[in-house]
Amino acid sequence: MSNITFKVNGATHTVDIDPATPLLYILRNDLGMQGPHFGCGLGQCGACTVLINGAAVRSCILPASAVKGEITTLEGLSPKGHLHPLQQAWIDEQVPQCGFCQNGQILTAKAMLDKNPHPTDAQIRQSMNATLCRCMSYYRIQAAIKRAAKVMSA
Amino acid sequence: MTASIGIPRQVEELLTTHRRGFLKSAGLLLVGFAAQHSSAAEPTGPYPDPDFHQLDSWIVIHENNTATFYVGKTDPGQGTGTGFRQLMSDELDIAFDRTTCIMGSTDITVDQGGSGGSTAMERDSWPMRRAAAEARRVLLEMASAHLATPADQLAVTNAVIASIADPSKNITYGQLIGGKKFNIALTGASVNAVTGAAKVKPVQQLKYTGQSPLRDDIPAKVDGSLKWAVDVKLPGMVHARNVKPPFACARLTGIDESTVRNLPGFIKVVSKGNYVAVVCEREEQAIAAARKLKTTWEKPATAPFPASEDLFTYMRAATATSKPNPVVVGQPDSAFSGAAKVIEAEYEVPFQGHTAFAGAHATADPSNGQMTVYSNDMKSYGMRNGVAQFLGMPRDTVRVVWMQGPQGFGRTAAEDAGFEAAWIAREIGRPVRMQWMRNEETAWDTKGPAFLVRLRGALDGDGRLVAYEYAARSCDYNHVGYNEHDTVLIAQLMGSRRAKPASGSASLPSDVYAIPNRRMVGEVVSLPAIWETPLRTGNLRDPNGPQSTFPAESFIDELAAAAKADPLEFRMTLLTAATTDDTGFRRARSIAVLKAAAKAYGWDPRPSPKPIPAGKQDMLTGRGIAYSFRGQTIVAVVAEVEVNRQTGHVWAKRLVCAHDCGLVVNPQTLHHTVECALLHGLSRAIHEEVQFDTERVTSVDWVSHPTLRHADIPERIDIVLVNGDPNPDRPDLPPYGSGEAALKPMLASVANAIYDATGVRIRRVPFRDARVLAALNPL
Repeated sequence: MSNITFKVNGATHTVDIDPATPLLYILRNDLGMQGPHFGCGLGQCGACTVLINGAAVRSCILPASAVKGEITTLEGLSPKGHLHPLQQAWIDEQVPQCGFCQNGQILTAKAMLDKNPHPTDAQIRQSMNATLCRCMSYYRIQAAIKRAAKVMSA
Repeated sequence: MTASIGIPRQVEELLTTHRRGFLKSAGLLLVGFAAQHSSAAEPTGPYPDPDFHQLDSWIVIHENNTATFYVGKTDPGQGTGTGFRQLMSDELDIAFDRTTCIMGSTDITVDQGGSGGSTAMERDSWPMRRAAAEARRVLLEMASAHLATPADQLAVTNAVIASIADPSKNITYGQLIGGKKFNIALTGASVNAVTGAAKVKPVQQLKYTGQSPLRDDIPAKVDGSLKWAVDVKLPGMVHARNVKPPFACARLTGIDESTVRNLPGFIKVVSKGNYVAVVCEREEQAIAAARKLKTTWEKPATAPFPASEDLFTYMRAATATSKPNPVVVGQPDSAFSGAAKVIEAEYEVPFQGHTAFAGAHATADPSNGQMTVYSNDMKSYGMRNGVAQFLGMPRDTVRVVWMQGPQGFGRTAAEDAGFEAAWIAREIGRPVRMQWMRNEETAWDTKGPAFLVRLRGALDGDGRLVAYEYAARSCDYNHVGYNEHDTVLIAQLMGSRRAKPASGSASLPSDVYAIPNRRMVGEVVSLPAIWETPLRTGNLRDPNGPQSTFPAESFIDELAAAAKADPLEFRMTLLTAATTDDTGFRRARSIAVLKAAAKAYGWDPRPSPKPIPAGKQDMLTGRGIAYSFRGQTIVAVVAEVEVNRQTGHVWAKRLVCAHDCGLVVNPQTLHHTVECALLHGLSRAIHEEVQFDTERVTSVDWVSHPTLRHADIPERIDIVLVNGDPNPDRPDLPPYGSGEAALKPMLASVANAIYDATGVRIRRVPFRDARVLAALNPL
């Protein structure tokens, strides 16, 4: 066990933890986050995605000791209750069915748009291809990304 | 401990404000249970069934003139909860945005069975509507007395009742009954038949029904604020993980607890029969301990099943365990022998997994002699009964609090983790959170049955279909039912055996084609092992519909091709031929739906396959159509595909679906449900198959049981809501189910499109690149 300090959504937390513990369990069980989800524990599905220094990272396979940088979770996208354009687009397009994967979809899309504000359809498919949705809400996810991209670049 | 900890936010607020005090006074329910359950001499448990014959069980009007609806359904994300609000708001005459809907928690909502079978609107919305209509009637009577005005001289607008002659004479629902009970008894022999004296409104008077208010569950799903079933945390809660048998039908011969005893956070190994789990203080500790625990197992004397590559050989040769009588129309034998042309083909659909997006999970609280299970079980009422029986507890000491969870397509109808969490919680006397890992879920979830279908068709000299034979064998028949205490996996592993496993038949095609001579039969064959095996079958979205429709609607295309007819026209001829079967105007609506799909696609009549263009281009394109119905909901799908001749890769570039489920409650949520069902069908068409060797399932993750991905998505999807009978002289149709039907013809539409593009018929699901490539380049 050792004390590890995390900066999550602007706040600093120190947790006494086995440094090999995947970040996901710390976020969920010690810091009370409900955005990142356990989906596979293998880095295959994306349900556990968080942003670390703006990059989309799979927290289910990232040991606590390897976290270097500031973490943003889904909750952190709308810190004062003002929805991020992606979250608003998700509501406008009525994207989710069950919604369990949408944490990963929204944050992966955010990391993509931050790098490439005007993605083509092919780039959206490519960038999002490893983020799975078992309800198959993909068609609307892609529509919502395009909608948000327009708002964000306006 | 307070009773409200861990309850979903919406419910928690209600329990701690209106509902708790209200229900206590109504005597329907005791919450705040810990304080009241100190006496062992309590005559009844804390969780008696809400009485569906009491109007108060369905509707609560608050003093601020808002309403809460309590319904016995669960909405895993298709928007049914929003739909119930629309219908009930209309019947009650209250503004939609002044209502909320609480679903599926067994102690506060009546038992309507939870969700399943696309029954939400078709069956279960009716008692809700009748209860809401009755509440409106009672409120009008109360207002009549209060305003000293006859009820027929009063009008209701948005929960305000006013004199028609003098609108200044008015009173709100909240003023009339806010925070108080109706105390009105309803009648009806079952929950489905519940009714009051009031009649529901005709469709023309429904205001919110037919509109598309936004789904009320979505905001909390995109801002991270939703408390899901996975998020439940209780004081003193610990974490459990299963140690699954390494083979099917393995017998546990030893547990070496010393391999985990000194691990941090270790609490206990719990085991009974062949069931083993590890309990630790923290989640990651339980995961590590379950991996490290050394167990020894004995293999069964004979192989529990053939390997997946030998499955269909096995199914062909096996003796049927269920052999229903064939359905026979006309004289099929003589029609075949006199036919100008006979063609036959055999189709194969492998086991496909539910593969819920996250593993089974639940949290159980055993405090004070009761049991509360927090679960995303779609059939929470079944779980409540099953857990009570499994643990030998009185029903009214067990409740299931339903919360949102990952889509499971029927997986949570037999939700193992709730039973496991409850059993372990009682063993150790602490709240337990159980979750299955990915490999466990993919390997050991319930499977959709595999199908082997032989088809034969006879054409006369004019290319008319005169005889048809469909012989299906399914393996096996959804034998794990709904949260039964003796068939959930933990019960099986502890030695429970049903003397006679459920048996049934492989489903037959759903069509209303007029074929003068038919023989259809659906036999069931079983694997050598049916208990303690990961190849246990359960209801997977439209349980056997895709498996029977893929062969049936592919073969109609084969017959059309043999007759050199356009596949759409060939179907139209069969539908327009004389038939007496037009239940629910199904034949007329089938014709309308096929026409609508063809029109939206821009279908040009010609036989399949399309002539392969000269030259050596890699990409071939084609279109395919398929149609089916589920219950009274009719669906036709046109798929347009690109097939890459070099790689075998199939991309469904465009999908068109025409869909008729009668009355549409919410066009936007329906549209989305249909869209996702189509894509689920596409996933099953091109990706999904469970693979196994002779002792274990080897599909264990998203690589070995792949699913549809972003790059697979069509560039265009058109959905036409045909919505009702084309004959204007007939009455309005009621709402029919829509959660599953669109999936049913999807697999055949893609197969037919591949044939149209390439001239090659793929008769085996899934159409993965290697299979298609091999079919394109036969040795």
